[in-house]
Amino acid sequence: MSAGVATEGTDPPPLEVRGLIKRYGELTAVAGVDVTVNRGDVYGYLGPNGAGKTTSLRMMLGLIRPTAGSVRLFGRDPMATVQALRGVAGFVEAPTFYPYLSGRRNLELLAAFDGGEARERIAAALDTVELASRAQDRVGGYSHGMRQRLGIAAALLRDPRLLLLDEPATGLDPAGMRDMRRLIRRLADGGMTVLLSSHLLAEVEELCNRVAIVRTGRIVYEGEIAELKRGAGTVYRLQTTDDERGLAVARAQPGIRDVRGEREAILFTADPEAVAALSQALVEAGALIRAMAPQNVTLEDLFFSLTEDDPAAPRGVAPVPEPEPTA
Amino acid sequence: MPGVATVYRWELFKLRHQKRTYLGFGASIIVPILFVIAIHLRRHHERGGGFAFSDYLDRSGLAVPLVILLFGSIWLFPLITALVAGDIFASEDHNGTLKTILTRSLERWQLFAGKALAAASYAVAAILLCGTVGVLAGSLQSGFHPLQSLSGTVVSAPKATELVYVSLLIYLIPIATVVCIGLLLSAVTHNSAAAVVGTLMISLLFQLIGILPGLSGLQPYLLSTQFNAWQGLLRTPIDWTPIVRAAWVCAIYGGLAIGTSFLVFVRRDVAGG
Ligand SMILES: Nc1ncnc2c1ncn2[C@@H]1O[C@H](COP(=O)(O)OP(=O)(O)O)[C@@H](O)[C@H]1O
Ligand SMILES: [Mg+2]
Repeated sequence: MSAGVATEGTDPPPLEVRGLIKRYGELTAVAGVDVTVNRGDVYGYLGPNGAGKTTSLRMMLGLIRPTAGSVRLFGRDPMATVQALRGVAGFVEAPTFYPYLSGRRNLELLAAFDGGEARERIAAALDTVELASRAQDRVGGYSHGMRQRLGIAAALLRDPRLLLLDEPATGLDPAGMRDMRRLIRRLADGGMTVLLSSHLLAEVEELCNRVAIVRTGRIVYEGEIAELKRGAGTVYRLQTTDDERGLAVARAQPGIRDVRGEREAILFTADPEAVAALSQALVEAGALIRAMAPQNVTLEDLFFSLTEDDPAAPRGVAPVPEPEPTA
Repeated sequence: MPGVATVYRWELFKLRHQKRTYLGFGASIIVPILFVIAIHLRRHHERGGGFAFSDYLDRSGLAVPLVILLFGSIWLFPLITALVAGDIFASEDHNGTLKTILTRSLERWQLFAGKALAAASYAVAAILLCGTVGVLAGSLQSGFHPLQSLSGTVVSAPKATELVYVSLLIYLIPIATVVCIGLLLSAVTHNSAAAVVGTLMISLLFQLIGILPGLSGLQPYLLSTQFNAWQGLLRTPIDWTPIVRAAWVCAIYGGLAIGTSFLVFVRRDVAGG
């Protein structure tokens, strides 16, 4: 951004989360999360519904008080003062506005609450999200996608260096999803640091350079996506002339993991070398290959391999220590 | 820099775009008019079968706003006040907009203060509006005549008008307490209807306590009693005792309510919306 006096190395990172925990009575929504988002990252916070993504983002934005742990935005604590949100913008769940005011009025209100130059950015922000032509209409009549885009516009008013987005493309139609991803890509290319949560691996894969995978409030993987996929191996779908025998052979074969039978097919996870060995073993056993195709890796497959206690778990990934259960 | 004044201005702007604001103002205008129509009809159809204050009301139109103040304290003014005060935080919960405004550049206390001031401003406007319509409608019906004070002396019409407006100001003391109770219930319940009804129930409860046998010793310290403090102005010489008492009794109730609502609002988790 500006030619600051401080060097890159000494500046606090845009987002630093340590030991973050949030409990609701008996339920632990976030169970000890550590995340560091560095300048220029497009960071994916990936997890299924109920994993604790929204709860984490609420704490990052200072909306709810952590049960334990800390959040630092450029080194500042959002729970202590709203000034910590300087240079930070975003939303959790679907962005919300006053339904009885127009889109533009809503932005004017928020710009007034931001102060500074925010008001002068309204027109450009509306253009960026392609809402300028509907800005005079009451938000009450907006579609989900329009509100989602207005949410991005509202964030842009703050000229953020860090953007925190909670499932920004969820609930949009395919075209809306594509547009939203393009928009985020464009903002990231413009130098914005972004953390976005998602339950879709493909989305995170398309946009992000780093990822944290959360499951029931814990991070089960943290690192680069390419690394993750390499480590997780590929899922193959196999059809043979004798699936019963084929299944037995696959189960017995070294390097073939997560073998399971499906309707007229066998699914397994493996590296390419192991697949070559398997094809030979199948032929020798008399189960001839009809089809064998690599599948797209699904989030579920990744979770499966990530949580399985086996030495073939992703390589090059530092195991994430389980947080101690606190009383 | 944005501050409390920014929030205040935008809260007033939002109030101007909400139906309930006009519901409250509408009631403030219609009630005195209906009241005067009732006086008029009674005078022409029931001859002499008067209700309380009917002589008073016939002799000077300036008695109309005062009688409305008297009866309005039971539920009319608490309701009009609670309509906005009880909604001002709860509506943010309803629209899920707290998370939107809390992630800008204003501290929670600034949002709280701006909203509380807006709710109070609306209440002041509603009471003054009601009083003014009362003066106008009353004068049209019964004339802009001198008013008899509660001590029996006669006060000239201009002087009586002045007394009416000072009475309205004194009336704003317990109204401010109702605002605080509305804010408290709004911040605690997160639900507009519950906060409005709750505020009304609390002010009715005070009146019930007041008429319970054996509790008459509490009477001077009940919120409902403070709604009658302005009557001290209509005595010659002016009786300041109820007015001074209203000031401190209302400060205690109001201070507790608004202090609690402040703490609740500033510390709450914004987990919904
Ligand atoms: N305010 C709340 N009160 C109680 N439980 C909550 C609350 N908010 C979230 N939870 C629970 O915490 C868990 C994580 O929720 P959430 O953070 O919304 O997950 P995600 O955004 O990943 O879908 C869920 O089990 C959810 O039911
Ligand atoms: Mg969520």
